[in-house]
Amino acid sequence: MEMDTCTAEESQQDDRQDTIMPAHTNIKDIKNKSRRAKAFVEMKREKRKKKLQEAKEKKKLAAKLGKNAPAKKQPHTIESLREKDDTMVEEEDEELEHEEANDEYASYFTKSYVPKILITCSDNPHTKTIAFIRELCRIIPGAVPKWRSRSSIKKMVKKATDKGFTDILVVNEDRRIPNGLLVIHLPEGPSALFRLSNPKLCKDIHRDYNEITGHRPEVILNNFRTRLGRVVARMLGALFHYDPEFKGRRVCTFHNQRDYIFFRHHRYEFKNTEKVKLRELGPRFTLRLQWIQQGAFDGDYEWALKRHEMETSRRRFFL
Amino acid sequence: MQSDDITWSIINKSFCSFKIQTKSQKFCRNEFNLTGLCSRSSCPLANTQYATVREEKGVIYLYMRTAERAFFPAKQWEKVKLSRNFVKALQQIDENLIFWKKYFRQKCRQRLLKITQYLTRMRKIKLGRQKKLVPIQRKVDLRIKRREEKALVAARIDNAIEKQLLQRLKDGTYERIYNFPQEAFNVRIDEEEEESEIEDEEEYEEEKEEEVETDEDVEGELEKEALEDERRDEMDSDDDDDDDDDDDGGDDEDEDSEEEHQFVADFDESDDDLEDAAERMAMSSDGDEYEEEVKGRSIVRRHPVSLRNIKSRGKARLEVEYEMPEDSSKEKVTT
Repeated sequence: MEMDTCTAEESQQDDRQDTIMPAHTNIKDIKNKSRRAKAFVEMKREKRKKKLQEAKEKKKLAAKLGKNAPAKKQPHTIESLREKDDTMVEEEDEELEHEEANDEYASYFTKSYVPKILITCSDNPHTKTIAFIRELCRIIPGAVPKWRSRSSIKKMVKKATDKGFTDILVVNEDRRIPNGLLVIHLPEGPSALFRLSNPKLCKDIHRDYNEITGHRPEVILNNFRTRLGRVVARMLGALFHYDPEFKGRRVCTFHNQRDYIFFRHHRYEFKNTEKVKLRELGPRFTLRLQWIQQGAFDGDYEWALKRHEMETSRRRFFL
Repeated sequence: MQSDDITWSIINKSFCSFKIQTKSQKFCRNEFNLTGLCSRSSCPLANTQYATVREEKGVIYLYMRTAERAFFPAKQWEKVKLSRNFVKALQQIDENLIFWKKYFRQKCRQRLLKITQYLTRMRKIKLGRQKKLVPIQRKVDLRIKRREEKALVAARIDNAIEKQLLQRLKDGTYERIYNFPQEAFNVRIDEEEEESEIEDEEEYEEEKEEEVETDEDVEGELEKEALEDERRDEMDSDDDDDDDDDDDGGDDEDEDSEEEHQFVADFDESDDDLEDAAERMAMSSDGDEYEEEVKGRSIVRRHPVSLRNIKSRGKARLEVEYEMPEDSSKEKVTT
């Protein structure tokens, strides 16, 4: 700031001619609230403009370069940040195929038997559980529902094998809603306990259960990537008949996401090769694996969810 | 014996550490108490001559205390193991408490009965099934629910299902069932080829006025049906070859049929000649125009249609044949 003062200080002032009052580089230094608010709005607008400009330039660049444009940056997701697992399986692994040719479900995949399922519940089932079991019998072909009548599971296993069943499904109940599903593959097969959550019947989705036809559904098993996941996927897939009737256009999906297996049941319709229309029928529920046992409800635990050891990391999944 | 009354008067009126008082009852927590209630005759502190029946780890004993031993607290209780046989055990009690008050004999017998009853019940329960009660920690449960919701959002299940179904369609699992007209495919030689579906050529032939090389068309179809898989492999590798050949205009029968195998519907739908078709294949832009024509008028008809009923086919349609897949013979379940 230039000042008209005595000459002695003029030389100094000449040096100081260039001094400028400090500008408010920080909005928070403005003491007046209304002015501060306005400055903030201005700042935001500027930022936004800059961002839009950058995006536009990027687009232009990409269009110019065509195929050589730098690839779009993908945002991080939990799936992309998932901890690497030794047991992750790529498709068409020779060793895997070898193992799977000799495991308990090999006979299913060689189409040597038709699965026959026995569905039961706990001793005193309530309305929701009974309705759930009925729905299950509708969607799984060859399913036979029976009352439990206080039989123990080991005895049930023996009797069912004698009668020719291939799988047992026991729906466990708590507080009047189904909350657990025990899947036992019969001739000495593995057994698995799942926690069932969010069971929704047909009428909860506002669909009529009569829409479910008797055709055998197809099965989709999505996103089972580790060895353990593959075992679970085969277990669930083997509940359904190996030969689906495509003309029925029914599809049952088990979709695994972060160790939660979502079950959905749809009717599909191909509009053309690019588009499919889905109409959800039937129940939906989610499963969460608790343990897998090698025998039919006895034997070693192949895998068990131990909370303190396994749930330590948010990016670690097992299926 | 005299001290009993004194003890009782003190315990009853003022404090007894074993006494628990409720609105209607007085209980005694002493482990040697015969009835469990706090009363003058059943108080072990206030009766020097006392007897009880107690069980330890499934074995039932008779405990007795007399006035002589009352001053040796460590040695005061005499322990008699009772027989596993209930009748014998009753006799044993009667023998041991032979000159005691009737009260003690009675109460001991009753207590013995109760104990044997609950022991048998415990054994029975152990033989049957036992439910394991797993406690739920609320915070953990809430966490699980929360994560499930987020996983659901991240899953985008419908998209995944659609993708899978379309993949299956392309892989040919629905081979005999869906007839997609070829125009629906985005067929470009330059880019990756999609699997073509079997055409139902007879329908097209009926309407066509200008038939271009019908026999060859048919032949091409038949060959294709016979050697499906091989053809598919060939197709991908033969793309470039076809392109070159077309440009040259050289038409070998085999090559023709291969091309027709890819573009048969084009020929049939359009009234163009082979040459135009060749031009179209060479220049993808032409192909685009053609497809635009057709795509604009696509309807999906959902009834099973017999071949005779198709009359005017100005618009492209999706024909769905509700055929049973060939390997439909099911095995009966034999038990």
